[in-house]
Amino acid sequence: MMDLSITTRDLNLWYAKFQALRQVSVEIKHGLITSLIGPSGCGKTTLLRCFNRVNERYGYVTTTGEIRILGKNIYDPDVSLVELRKSVGMVFQRPNPLPLSVYENVVFGLRIHGERHELERARLDEAVEKALSEVGLWDDLKDRLDTKASTLQLEQQQKLCIARLLPLKPEVILLDEPCSALDVDGTRAIEELLFSLKGRYTMLIVTHNMAQARRASDECLYMLLGEIVEHRRTEDLFLHPQDPRTAEYIEGRYG
Amino acid sequence: MAEPSHPGGRRPGWQALDRGQRARPWEWVAEQAIRVVSVTAIVLVFLIFVFVMREALPVLLGRVNSAAAQERRALPVEQMDRLDPEELRQYLELSRKEFAEMDRDTLRLLMEVKLEAAEEVPEDKDAPLNTAAWRYLLGPHQWTGYDRPAYIWQPVSSIHKYNIVPLIVGSLKTSVVALLFAVPLALAAALYVSQLAPPRLKEWVKPGIELLAGIPSVVLGFFGLVVLATFLQQVCGYASRLNAFVAGIALGLACIPVIFSIAEDALTSVPRSFSEAALALGSSRWQAAWQVVLPAAVPGVFAAIVLGFGRAVGETMVVLMASGNASLLTWSVFDSTRTMTATIAAELAETVFGGHHYRILFLLGALLFAVTFLSNLLGELVIQRLKRRLEGGR
Ligand SMILES: Nc1ncnc2c1ncn2[C@@H]1O[C@H](COP(=O)(O)OP(=O)(O)OP(=O)(O)O)[C@@H](O)[C@H]1O
Ligand SMILES: [Mg+2]
Repeated sequence: MMDLSITTRDLNLWYAKFQALRQVSVEIKHGLITSLIGPSGCGKTTLLRCFNRVNERYGYVTTTGEIRILGKNIYDPDVSLVELRKSVGMVFQRPNPLPLSVYENVVFGLRIHGERHELERARLDEAVEKALSEVGLWDDLKDRLDTKASTLQLEQQQKLCIARLLPLKPEVILLDEPCSALDVDGTRAIEELLFSLKGRYTMLIVTHNMAQARRASDECLYMLLGEIVEHRRTEDLFLHPQDPRTAEYIEGRYG
Repeated sequence: MAEPSHPGGRRPGWQALDRGQRARPWEWVAEQAIRVVSVTAIVLVFLIFVFVMREALPVLLGRVNSAAAQERRALPVEQMDRLDPEELRQYLELSRKEFAEMDRDTLRLLMEVKLEAAEEVPEDKDAPLNTAAWRYLLGPHQWTGYDRPAYIWQPVSSIHKYNIVPLIVGSLKTSVVALLFAVPLALAAALYVSQLAPPRLKEWVKPGIELLAGIPSVVLGFFGLVVLATFLQQVCGYASRLNAFVAGIALGLACIPVIFSIAEDALTSVPRSFSEAALALGSSRWQAAWQVVLPAAVPGVFAAIVLGFGRAVGETMVVLMASGNASLLTWSVFDSTRTMTATIAAELAETVFGGHHYRILFLLGALLFAVTFLSNLLGELVIQRLKRRLEGGR
């Protein structure tokens, strides 16, 4: 039995009167890549955003049920949002590096969370080298750490957005269609990167691209109208879908 | 434009195409009317500029003489008969027509007036100086009765002292106080409204602050004169009740809405993805606003401050009422002070049309025009550049 990273029980979410998630109960295993597929508007993004509680930015959102990450219910009143978001990182659909230099992008997390003694230049330098090496940008960018991040190619920007999570040693990395703004090569590069990060981080990736889900993920979740329809090993889900709705979807009848 | 001819004189079947303006005469009329109006507005601004410059030009070129004792000496009345008529006419500064209409007694009277005027010239070593020359407009001079060189604005004393430095310093002092007061408040409000406030509150606060712009400046001046002056004097305990500090604070109230609304726009137009990224990294909303959004909006914020400065320098009523209007050249903000705008407003009506005082006030006007024009231009340019950059995704 593998460790569980995220478990939800009876999770419901409403945008004002509209219910976007219905009785979602899933168990996401530690260190694997889990993909989240389903037709447009079925609530993939919504579910992903529950895990770091960014949905709450909109005042009209209500959530019930529980989500446990590292054994702690993140909706408990004593949970610190700052700590939660440190351990649950997020990568967005469009690469969104901060309007700062490459270097500052990587150390931004440390700067806002770090104690003063952690912010010595040497430590930061070390963190930057480590994070950029992990995502394979170090060789390309080590002489250009002061350039503005927005001048990089999109693929590099997206890698940078992953790299800036790593100094915070996250447990989970959430990726919301991370390749949809990239070309084929960029997509492949990101997939390879995710593969190389496997084992150390739990990754949850939303994708519209079924081939990608098949290639890149260990487990797969199929959602429809705010419900989880099926959750199994990716191979099994694609080869032997149990639910007729899943079968219809992966055969491309809708979505 | 010439209409392309069709082979065989045939026209295409879709008629509306070549009906042009006749199809919608009213729209055409409205369009032309709007064009005329907008061109008129631009021309008017230009004409005002030309007018101000024309009135100030003689001073700029050094062609105005404001010496209390002019070069030409007055002649004794008895000499009247020895001058030939043309010389006499020029001496009395009359036009040919006036001269022809006057009889001998009137002319004699004028001679006496002229003599008296000459005798009234102060026995002053400074009387022959042309005080409208650049070196007296800008440099210090040791006037009679002063124990060292000083910058003095005293246009209606017997020696016309026209040093504009105290007025420039006065304008700067009040504007700087105004900005020091207004910028932090306006920026904090803009940051709060654009990044932190719940939407419901935002709907109230934003128009509320922008409404401040609609308060007539005479009301702000009145408020400064009556309420602020007393209050601030009690709190700070300085000597003169009306001074650059009081005027600056009241002026700041006038600048806040300008700075606020432009800065708020700039902050709001920073892409949400930036603050989203920062939040997802665990920063508080305050950290995201302060460390990510504000730096990204710096050009817009700079533009807001520059435009606020333009407003502060050009504002008249508030400073006229609350600054004390003493043209002292000091660096202390707690001394009474007098700005360029207040000087023009207070003195122009009493000057001789076309005289040296009048022209020097226009010189001040031209200076103000230049300063506000340049600061507005700079602000607009920065805003335009920022807009293009944000729209270009860079
Ligand atoms: N901020 C919001 N306010 C109100 N309703 C929302 C909001 N965000 C999403 N919704 C609604 O919730 C439902 C689920 O949206 P969600 O974005 O989670 O879908 P998705 O599966 O990510 O779709 P896509 O594949 O298009 O990204 C949709 O019907 C959407 O209209
Ligand atoms: Mg989505």
